[in-house]
Amino acid sequence: MKLKRKLKEYKPISVLYPCLVYLFLYVPILVVIVFSFNTSRMNIVFEGFTVEWYFKMFENRQLMDAFRNTLLVAFFSTVISVIMGTLCAVGLYKLESKIKNIISSSLYIPIVIPEIVFGIALLVFFSSVHLPTSMLTLIISHITFSLPFVVITVRSRIAGFDPSILEAARDLGAGEFRTFMRVTLPMIMPGVISGGMLALTLSLDDVVISFFMAGTESTTLPLKILGMVRKGVSPDVNALSTLMILGTIAIMLFSQMIQGKIEKSREAHSGVE
Amino acid sequence: MAKMQDKVMIRLRDVDKCYGTNKVVKSLNLDIREGEFLTLLGPSGCGKTTTLRMIAGFEEVTEGQIFLEGENVEDKKPNQRDVNTVFQNYALFPHMNVEDNIAFGLVEKKVKKPEIKRRVGEMLKMVQLEGMEKRLPAQMSGGQKQRVAIARALINRPKVLLLDEPLGALDLKLRKQMQFELKHLQKKLGITFIYVTHDQEEALTMSDRIAVMNQGILEQIGAPEEIYNRPATKFVADFIGETNIFEAYVEEVMDGRIGISLEAGTAAVKAAGFHKEEMVYICVRPENLKISAEPVIDFNIRGKVKEHVFIGSVNKTIVELVNGQELKITTQPDVELLSMGSEVNLFWNEGKGILLHTKEEQIYNLIENTVKIEGGGDD
Ligand SMILES: Nc1ncnc2c1ncn2[C@@H]1O[C@H](COP(=O)(O)OP(=O)(O)OP(=O)(O)O)[C@@H](O)[C@H]1O
Ligand SMILES: [Mg+2]
Repeated sequence: MKLKRKLKEYKPISVLYPCLVYLFLYVPILVVIVFSFNTSRMNIVFEGFTVEWYFKMFENRQLMDAFRNTLLVAFFSTVISVIMGTLCAVGLYKLESKIKNIISSSLYIPIVIPEIVFGIALLVFFSSVHLPTSMLTLIISHITFSLPFVVITVRSRIAGFDPSILEAARDLGAGEFRTFMRVTLPMIMPGVISGGMLALTLSLDDVVISFFMAGTESTTLPLKILGMVRKGVSPDVNALSTLMILGTIAIMLFSQMIQGKIEKSREAHSGVE
Repeated sequence: MAKMQDKVMIRLRDVDKCYGTNKVVKSLNLDIREGEFLTLLGPSGCGKTTTLRMIAGFEEVTEGQIFLEGENVEDKKPNQRDVNTVFQNYALFPHMNVEDNIAFGLVEKKVKKPEIKRRVGEMLKMVQLEGMEKRLPAQMSGGQKQRVAIARALINRPKVLLLDEPLGALDLKLRKQMQFELKHLQKKLGITFIYVTHDQEEALTMSDRIAVMNQGILEQIGAPEEIYNRPATKFVADFIGETNIFEAYVEEVMDGRIGISLEAGTAAVKAAGFHKEEMVYICVRPENLKISAEPVIDFNIRGKVKEHVFIGSVNKTIVELVNGQELKITTQPDVELLSMGSEVNLFWNEGKGILLHTKEEQIYNLIENTVKIEGGGDD
């Protein structure tokens, strides 16, 4: 009843328009999901339902290795860049404003530099220090490009901080470290989490920089898929893509859940002030 | 002034504070006694917060020393000083409930859980917040948050509690109530309070002593009655309560009395320590300034009744002097008012007019002295 009344209030055009936008956004994704269950090897007509490709995919050793590499790189680069980025943001918060401005504007440079240039730069750097491409270079390079994003998201959290809250903690007997653990960190947690999520997704689907950094033993899933697609999009790639979509959605929901939880207390707090 | 048996809790010696080239606290000397309620009072920007923050350890002193119970605290971090602060905007930890906020200091001191629980309970009872243990700061009113902040600062049993305009954000009624409660609490616990405010009424009602600051300088320190009745400088006279200030010239000095001339007349008043041909300020409170239709002995200051204003408990009369200066006079409602426009004689009873040396005179003396010294050096 309520829904009906609500719908009536809208003019047809204002219903139609968002529908079209959503179609535009989601049809390609739906097509991939649908064809991942297709018995035919061709992505043209749907011939019949099967889950065969999913099993095939899991039997593909190379694909699974690449998947494992991707997860490892994503895990380490995210954890390290979150730790480094958070500390950097907290440090910047306490810095004198002049130095702060210089440092924080230089944060954006790695973000705006074309990825391809950044990739080449990293390659040149690693070869000049005689570090062969491997999992290690891959992780380091992923840290480099996700770090600024973490710093920026965490900083936007701290920006609105009342500095006397940290002083209160010091006043009540907490040292620097205890203040960080008991007060600063819990308060910036939403920023840390979204920074981490950003780092994770950036790392998971990076192609360009990984292309320069990955050795033969350390190929990542996006690179592998790219290789497979050169010979045409096969249904097992569709299956893989479907799983990745599901994985992404799961991560997203999870992070929103945590964020919402933390946000609740903070938002209500700032609402009163 | 300080009694011998009173222990000095905090001592500031020649404390300077500079931000860059801007000196915001200037050679401050202050002794605060154990168990005292001392208020730092002054206009915005005069350095009250800065002084408090130096005592708490959030700001370093540029010059001078601070002693806590006789011990120089220069190298002590805020968390190592037996001093706690109640911040103006409460600064509660937004992610912790009332209980955890109050327990914060004890957890840091590694006090055992049951003991913490017991003391938090005590504190909650003291500030009348029982039953609110699990609330988040966001779910509380300003007055309640303030109580949490006070409980959180007091649970550590500090030697000194610093309060920076703790009631600034509350409405008038709650403010009055909290003033009373705070004062009561302070007397009960016997903790030294250093209280910052720019509300003079608050300072007068709550303090044992008031330190009046202006532009980083301590103008006067004393009991509320002393500050009110015997201001030491024109600034203090002007800042605390309403006052009428005349500029006057010392015509003659007799034994114990001086003859002065104002722009609007002359008077002979009791005074000591003034010399002939000096410029002075005379400060008279509205309630001490009197008018009469008849001539008055010793006074020859004439004015005209300009306006009567009824302001509740008292009547306020505005008198205009011949030089255009307007004076405020308050009288009790039972005193008959002189009719509007009538010519009146102004006077005050002995001891009710406060005479002060003018700043210009002091500066003049200073220059004279330095010139002398320099001159002596050159010889
Ligand atoms: N961190 C700082 N850097 C530079 N100047 C400062 C700093 N903190 C305070 N000041 C300056 O020092 C002076 C005194 O400031 P303070 O905060 O002590 O004043 P206050 O007496 O507490 O005033 P209010 O009643 O407005 O709180 C002001 O002129 C202010 O501009
Ligand atoms: Mg202040």
